Amino acid sequence: MATKHERTAPPLTSAQSGWLLASGIVATLPLASQVPPWLAALAAGAFLWRAWLLSRGLPLPPRWLLILVTLGSVAAVLIHTRTLFGQAAGVALLVVFMALKQLEARANRDGLAIVLLGYFLTLAQFFANQSIPVAATMLGTVLIITATLASLVDPAGRPRELVKLAGTLLMQAAPLMLILFLLFPRVEGPLWGLPRDAYSGLTGLSDSMAPGTIQNLAQSDAIAFRVKFAGAAPPKRDMYWRGPVLSRLDGRIFRAGEVRRLDESPYRARQASLAYHYTLTLEAHNRPWLFALELPETLPPDAFRTHDFQLQAKRPVRERLRYTLVSHPLVDFGAEDPAVLAAALTLPAGLNPRTVELGASWAAAGLAPAERVARGLDFLRDQRLTYTLRPPLTDEHVADTFLFETKRGFCEHFAAAFVVLMRAAGVPARVVTGYQGGERNPVDDTWVIRQADAHAWAEVWFDGRGWQRIDPTATAAPARIEEDLATALPAGDPLPFFARSGFDWLRAVRYRWWAINNAWNQWVLGFDPQRQRDLLLRLGMSTPDWRSMTAWLAGLSGVALIMLALVLLKRRPHPDKAQRAWLTVCRRLAKRGLTRRPWEGPLDYAERVARELPAAADDIRAIAQAYCALRYGPTSHEGLAALRRRVNAFRP
Amino acid sequence: MLSGLRLALRERFIAWALRAHPPEAQPVMLGQRRVYVLPTRAGLLYAISLIVLLIGAINYNLSLGYALVFLLAGVGVVTILHTFRNLAGIALGVAEAAPVFVGCDACFPLLLHNPDARARRRLRLFLPGQAAVAIDLPPQESTRALLPLPARRRGWLTMPRVTIDTVWPLGLVRCWAYAWPAARCLVYPRPARAVPKPPSFAAMQEGRLASEAGDEDFAGLKRHRPGDPLHHVAWKIAARLGPEASLQTKQFSGTASPALMFDWAQLPGSLDVETRLSILARWVLDAEEAGLSYGLRLPGREISQTQGPVHLHACLKALALYGDEA
Repeated sequence: MATKHERTAPPLTSAQSGWLLASGIVATLPLASQVPPWLAALAAGAFLWRAWLLSRGLPLPPRWLLILVTLGSVAAVLIHTRTLFGQAAGVALLVVFMALKQLEARANRDGLAIVLLGYFLTLAQFFANQSIPVAATMLGTVLIITATLASLVDPAGRPRELVKLAGTLLMQAAPLMLILFLLFPRVEGPLWGLPRDAYSGLTGLSDSMAPGTIQNLAQSDAIAFRVKFAGAAPPKRDMYWRGPVLSRLDGRIFRAGEVRRLDESPYRARQASLAYHYTLTLEAHNRPWLFALELPETLPPDAFRTHDFQLQAKRPVRERLRYTLVSHPLVDFGAEDPAVLAAALTLPAGLNPRTVELGASWAAAGLAPAERVARGLDFLRDQRLTYTLRPPLTDEHVADTFLFETKRGFCEHFAAAFVVLMRAAGVPARVVTGYQGGERNPVDDTWVIRQADAHAWAEVWFDGRGWQRIDPTATAAPARIEEDLATALPAGDPLPFFARSGFDWLRAVRYRWWAINNAWNQWVLGFDPQRQRDLLLRLGMSTPDWRSMTAWLAGLSGVALIMLALVLLKRRPHPDKAQRAWLTVCRRLAKRGLTRRPWEGPLDYAERVARELPAAADDIRAIAQAYCALRYGPTSHEGLAALRRRVNAFRP
Repeated sequence: MLSGLRLALRERFIAWALRAHPPEAQPVMLGQRRVYVLPTRAGLLYAISLIVLLIGAINYNLSLGYALVFLLAGVGVVTILHTFRNLAGIALGVAEAAPVFVGCDACFPLLLHNPDARARRRLRLFLPGQAAVAIDLPPQESTRALLPLPARRRGWLTMPRVTIDTVWPLGLVRCWAYAWPAARCLVYPRPARAVPKPPSFAAMQEGRLASEAGDEDFAGLKRHRPGDPLHHVAWKIAARLGPEASLQTKQFSGTASPALMFDWAQLPGSLDVETRLSILARWVLDAEEAGLSYGLRLPGREISQTQGPVHLHACLKALALYGDEA
């Protein structure tokens, strides 16, 4: 019900404008790195301009100027993002409006617009990052913006009071937030097609490998996935997390072959007892493949197995995905499709002549395939190759240059060169990419596998034994497999910061932080419809469908609200004993039509009663005096007893 | 048409909401059942924004987005309780308003009492169609607020229904209550501007002033009271005693001042009732101002000659209620 008094609102005070400016800045600042630099500069300029005007008490700039700047900025956003829809353009436009609205905020409803824009910008931060620090920042931002909203109602409110008020409101809202978070029926997004830019910025392995691909990935400390083993974990050197298989060699680039679904498992566990049970939480990487230890016997939901034993999801992984697998390290294979084997022998014509010649010589010598593989590994070892994150650039003869000239390379050089060598020797071979190793966090016993653990190795086919994993990198840098990247790299190689071996206490802190982060990811960010269902089942809800969830939601929120209302609406503490006796007197007199007026003190009231009821004059005067003595003087038990006796006897 | 219907519905609602028939017994307690809550326009915009934010969180699968939306929704709900608490439990009374003349604002002194141990912030009080008066109520204290209402007609002006509302703390919801404590304000007729002096008034005033020049009529001093003519103040004595001393009024022996009688019947018969009352009001005021003794004769009523604020009020009251008294 808006009355006309609301419509004719007074102009904003300078204190309110200050609050609005603070809200604009705290809501926009976290987005500074996400928007184009010119926009960040524009916003900073607008905020500074407003701050300057405010400090000098100068009037706001003319409206036509702001309209021009706004139109110009929107046009610039349009040119920059080529659309006005989608996430990047939306965030950019919100920043434009927030910055320019500051220079146009005159009345209360402009202030409301800024507050609501602030909440939208707060949400926009989450597109890029939803970590614990971002959540903490969000709380601070919401606190400031809510205090700003309160300042719009109470222009005279002191900053500390407004912040305290906003903090109280947020704290009292927290239980409701928790209930809603747990019980609000989760919907599997997205509701509509997401714009193309939704998953830009996700890193991970790709479906091709050129020299430098994995080496670049190894610089990133981003987490690829986390693994929690139920039972024993395999030794670190056997932790090969198998990902994309690259069997096609186009010039210097290995690419994934065509993917065929395999409905039936082509391998059997040799020893059923030797199995690893684990739950893997995969970060979104916008690609379909799933990672697993070799070789999983079961499939995650909505996933399938390819003919080259990859696990693939039916859709690209765009949210953190959790699945539980059982892998068998020892398996028996059946036969392999001849076409697959033929593809695993193909070499591009005219490339790497020296490597091809060397491999062909072993085939010509009539060595058995296993001997050819052993000869190849020996050759790599003899070449005294160096494992480095900074390999020199190579020309199109990648294997030749690496093996015979520069002799410095990263795992992808080793794997690529070895596969070329084996194919030339007539042994079907292919490159497998994925991750190797990981770091165990002793705090929550979870293995963290980062992009820096990205690795490439080879697989060769032996008739009767199937595909065998060969890791040529181990010939030069066994520490890479046994230990970690930091140990394997030669001294002087630049290391990603996280990989440096720090002090023990630092590592302990780091482990703890990882564990908290993992819990955060599992329980807050990864709280999807499935996890919600699991939790509610565990809490004893028999059928967690949306109907019962809604019922629970309504019930629990109701209870929370009633409890809050009881706390908030509780009257002041019960009257003390003297007061209760006095109120009894007042009640009796009120029945006689002598209601005490709110501004009447006990003595004045007594005088009025004495005038109206002369018969009771002495009694009421004595009672009022006794009451005043008890209430405003020192307490005494005898006095209280006397007052009570008098009150009980008082029947006007 | 539509606004007429809305107005009628509004009045029906208020009549139902007040339950007790006006005027209500004082003090009026704004109990929990008398306080109404609805979202403001800002509150509706806030709710719409939350829905848009929620859709965004669902679409982009932002867990923290859900958390933010739920937190803000919680704030919205908690605000309802706070706004409600800010209003409920206040006791409201009103004292009689000081008389005013037609054309001035009657000021109804409302007395608000806050029995709780916490302050009530940003309360607004208003009479229908009037601007709001904003007040804060400190804990366990009473505060007086003056509600102005233009006095358009002479006679008793009954205080209309009072609306008391608040949007504190966040402006998202408005809580309001109606109260209709009994209070009225006497409205004197508007004194006529340029009017002929009453018969013999001018002459007497001159004679009066002449006699004042001598000091044989001076009868002594008494403590000055508001309403005593200013030109009777003993300024010389006041100057001697300094600003702390109370003012003294010179008393003159009344025998020398001839009494005036303002007679309704003396006025020309062509004048209508209101004009007559206006002219009589002007004469009464002028005579009181001049420190003269005066009386008033109305059809069926006579007030004998004397002077002073009580007498002035009696005369003006008689004029104000002329024709009303049953």
